[in-house]
Amino acid sequence: MSTETLARADERIKTESFATKLMKRPELGAIGGVVLVTVFFFLTADRTMFTLSGIMNFMTPAAQLGILGIAAAMLMIGGEFDLSIGSMVAFAGMVFGVFVVNVGMPLIIAIPLTMGLAAALGVTNGLIVLRTGLPSFIVTLAGLFVLRGASLVGLKMFTGGSTQLRGIREAVEGDFLAPIFSGDAFGFILTWLAKAGLVDSFKSGVPKVPGIPVEIIWFIAFALVATYVLLRTPAGNWIFATGGDALAAQNSGVPVRRVKISLFMLTAMAAALVAIITVIDAGSTDARRGFMKEFEAIIAAVIGGCLLTGGYGSAIGAFFGAIIFGMVTIGLTYTRFDQDWFQVFLGAMLLLAVIFNNVIRRRVTGER
Amino acid sequence: MSAPIIHMENIKKHYGNVIALNGVTFDLLAGECHCLLGDNGAGKSTFIKTMSGVHKPTEGSITFEGRPLSFDSPRDAMEAGIATVFQDLAMIPLMSVTRNFFMGREPTKGRGLFKRFDIDTANEITMAEMRKMGINLRGPDQAVGTLSGGERQTVAIARAVYFGAKVLILDEPTSALGVRQTANVLATIKRVRAQGIGVVFISHNVRHALAVGDRFTVLNRGQTLGTATRGEITAAQLQDLMAGGQEMAELEGSLGGTI
Repeated sequence: MSTETLARADERIKTESFATKLMKRPELGAIGGVVLVTVFFFLTADRTMFTLSGIMNFMTPAAQLGILGIAAAMLMIGGEFDLSIGSMVAFAGMVFGVFVVNVGMPLIIAIPLTMGLAAALGVTNGLIVLRTGLPSFIVTLAGLFVLRGASLVGLKMFTGGSTQLRGIREAVEGDFLAPIFSGDAFGFILTWLAKAGLVDSFKSGVPKVPGIPVEIIWFIAFALVATYVLLRTPAGNWIFATGGDALAAQNSGVPVRRVKISLFMLTAMAAALVAIITVIDAGSTDARRGFMKEFEAIIAAVIGGCLLTGGYGSAIGAFFGAIIFGMVTIGLTYTRFDQDWFQVFLGAMLLLAVIFNNVIRRRVTGER
Repeated sequence: MSAPIIHMENIKKHYGNVIALNGVTFDLLAGECHCLLGDNGAGKSTFIKTMSGVHKPTEGSITFEGRPLSFDSPRDAMEAGIATVFQDLAMIPLMSVTRNFFMGREPTKGRGLFKRFDIDTANEITMAEMRKMGINLRGPDQAVGTLSGGERQTVAIARAVYFGAKVLILDEPTSALGVRQTANVLATIKRVRAQGIGVVFISHNVRHALAVGDRFTVLNRGQTLGTATRGEITAAQLQDLMAGGQEMAELEGSLGGTI
């Protein structure tokens, strides 16, 4: 009997075609979106958009958003939202600026302290959500206002009335950690490629793109690590389980509270990382930093296949969701369209993604 | 006859001034299916929650494998080998069968930072265990949401058995199922018993109970009305006991024996 049933089982595996399997991947929509957007800009945009420097141009904002988007995606899979990440970018930027400029700390102290503070605020968010049982949507909406306001007040306090804190680039200049959080990486590869004539270079032989902006490296690395954690570790299984049904997960021995608190920590720390990178890059920080980023991050996650109800989604999806974002924001400047179509496009994309995700979910769960 | 795996003597449970259980005695042998029958509110749920460590009894003693035992949490009971499959099944529809099967107890390989979920082993075990229960999955990555109610029940049972249950408590496993699915679940129970696991089958459906049960204990208003062995009792007698005797007889008259 056992050999017979085995054969039958095998036969049924084959009946599921490759296309059906593909349909079930949560990131499918986002990858389709990238293809669509690429085709659109190929047809309408100036050719320079898809040169190496053009790609770096749209990948840089995509990366800054993507780091937030991947963290937001993981939290959404775990069944919660964090609306405070945009404000957290401003708050962490302010704290980091004060540490390096006003206190004069070296990066090796300032960065862990900023990250630690952000993590503590993330834990606070998580604890409030768990203790009160309120939706995280409301709890972190409060955080959105509290942190934005605190950034304003803090900046004015430490600068003597200005909402902008300057002099950060000078303060971190020469710090041995600075190259990890600012500027371009892998310059030597591009120099070498330029010499070999594989990338565009100036007449002097210096490549037109001096290196890959560090945020892109962080973005790609984070996407890979997040995907690995989600799909190949027990913690990943716990995140899906927690978001799918917290009670069922709890009853099966999943440490639901720990999972949720860790995820809130992660989103807050991702915001702090983005703050550190962009603040060093700009050389200053202001209270409007990260404005609306919480919504953009959630949109990237949703375009990437995350369900608003939790328990389903992917980090790679959020990665592509963020790239779509970067391409559209920057890409429109390469076309003759008014740049402000961006928001219209975004809203439409979000709506489409949510509808699409719902269809996919029904397919996966066999709901009718 | 061997000694029972679990013996519960004169269990009482009070919630404030409400007496939910008023002296229930129950035991279970290895490889036996002991049915616990009772109408709604008879105390079935309270009783199995006491057995599975959710509640502590107000009075009474539990002997597990010959030793007196008191569970502080469902975890304790689970580790001792008492697994409960509740009606909600603790299954997540969006996740694959494998991920559900190993939820909270994932096998790992590698060490330190590279300690990872051993998904290949997990998939293999899941497929093999499900095959043992007579279910051919399309693949281990099939979402639980695509399974029928009976199949989900079987996944939950297979999971409990795989993780070393000696006592398996099934809380109304057939109450929401169709005819064929019920037959499948009852067949699964037979398979589980064959492995020497004691099954506590809670139901208010007498026919389902008679199909698999060795012994039948009837609860009414928090008390045991007695235990009968297979063959000693008929469906009608069990039905009467569950409903508290007299009233049922009267009712049955007016309904023309349709229940």
